[in-house]
Amino acid sequence: MTINEDRPEKHCAITGLGQSDIGRRLGRDPLELTLDACYAAVADAGLKPSDINGLSTYPGNMSQPKGFTGASAYDVMDAMRLEVDWYDSGVETSGQLGSVYKAIMAIGAGMADHVLCFRSVWEGSAQGSGGRASLGPGGGRGGTIYAGGFQQWMLPFGSAGAPIWVALYAQAHMDRYGVKPEQLAQIALNGRRNAAVNPKAIYREPMTLDDYFSSRMITTPLRLFDCDVPCDGATAFVVSRRELARDLAKPPVYIEAMGTAIHDRPSWDQLKDLTRTVGADAAVQMWGRTPLTPADVDMAQIYDGFSYLTMLWLEALQLCGPGESGDFVEGGTRIARDGALPLNTAGGQLSAGRLHGYGFLHEACVQLRGEGGERQVPKTPKVAAVAAGGGNTCGCLLVTTVA
Amino acid sequence: MTEPSAPMVVVPELNDLTRPFWQGGEKGELVFLRCLDCGYYLHPPIPICPIDQSKNLAHEAVSGRATLASYSVNHHAWLPGFELPYVVALVEIVEQPALRLTTNLINCPLDDIRIGMGVQVVFRHIEDANGDVWLPLFEPEGETK
Repeated sequence: MTINEDRPEKHCAITGLGQSDIGRRLGRDPLELTLDACYAAVADAGLKPSDINGLSTYPGNMSQPKGFTGASAYDVMDAMRLEVDWYDSGVETSGQLGSVYKAIMAIGAGMADHVLCFRSVWEGSAQGSGGRASLGPGGGRGGTIYAGGFQQWMLPFGSAGAPIWVALYAQAHMDRYGVKPEQLAQIALNGRRNAAVNPKAIYREPMTLDDYFSSRMITTPLRLFDCDVPCDGATAFVVSRRELARDLAKPPVYIEAMGTAIHDRPSWDQLKDLTRTVGADAAVQMWGRTPLTPADVDMAQIYDGFSYLTMLWLEALQLCGPGESGDFVEGGTRIARDGALPLNTAGGQLSAGRLHGYGFLHEACVQLRGEGGERQVPKTPKVAAVAAGGGNTCGCLLVTTVA
Repeated sequence: MTEPSAPMVVVPELNDLTRPFWQGGEKGELVFLRCLDCGYYLHPPIPICPIDQSKNLAHEAVSGRATLASYSVNHHAWLPGFELPYVVALVEIVEQPALRLTTNLINCPLDDIRIGMGVQVVFRHIEDANGDVWLPLFEPEGETK
């Protein structure tokens, strides 16, 4: 296969990182958190807001579920008085980092030079005050609820949201490949070990295997500790044209390749194979766009909205074979910070908070820059695989310090 | 948060494409939209067959038999009105590969649930001012019929 050396990724680098305060319930204006992250990312790159000429965000303006988005594209463009040559937002894309892939394409197409990308959530505060708005309509009030669209096929049966939909994949995968609960536990345990040395993480106290098995069963085989924690917080990046990146404040993190493919129905329950995430399609595409191979990956930052998504992504990214994720994470040594493939080194969404995809790319950049502090992996990694999303919305990318 | 005492029921919104599916249970029939030209079942129902682009579609009953593709035992009260634990199931309709329904598995002890087991449809009638619906639930094959 011929690799396109002039692909959009090769025209881009991540030049700025920003993150707001992160908390379970900060009770702060979500626009303030969003702008904290955005201004921080611009400053980190050594740029001024007036240098930003592109903007991209996931998911953009949405009133439901409550807290799912802290600010829209227009909110931030207006609040920062940006004058942009290109902007975009949208929820129907290849995972939460779809907004970053679009920024890369915009730069590759010559539409912008410095694109500000952000993801902002305030689900912690929103759900704390208003019930579990993210699961089903009405926040748990009585009466008749009319479910339309795709929810009509789910809600009448109490299939109220992603925890259950992912549990169905997990059960099918465990049944087919014999993955053991104590193997699955390693995703949560590894995240908590890493969160202990991440000052911004939500849950930092140690978790033992007994603690994991003592956490209540939610939707088999997923326990409470297999589900991520809603939080308030925002993450932002500046993606820059590569030739402009070299003169900026921090060493660039280069984009090597990305994958956005979905060769299956964009559905949670009509997939061809329940044991294979559509992220596998994105990964095949990604590996077809780079001379690098899975063996070159030094570190993985992989979506763990639910622990089992990480298992499926390890296989999808070809970091292990189909059905081998249980053996791969067994005992937790391989995926530890000093292991062969450090995984979710900031704690993931399970322990550090549901920053919704953006946290993984942020942590990859932090580690590649060697800015991880106490949680820096011992041998500073050069290539990181990053994956975000699950179900029908998946995407992945490779980032590297090697130009 | 204390749960309200008023019962909550979730019912599907009905339209011309979906009504036959949700009301087929009145006659004890599990009904899907089907392409009359190529035989493909379209679910969820859409106006044009994705296989041959035909608009020659009609609702047809299937056998009501399926296999259990996956399941999850729910111990969390996601929605009022569901007695814990309850089983969310993915069943694969025998008439077409990967034609699945998200549903509930009922009349089956939790210890007896096996992926791949044969199941059959059983309907739960819900009265509603906008039109009654019959939810297709599934039980182990040979359970009551």
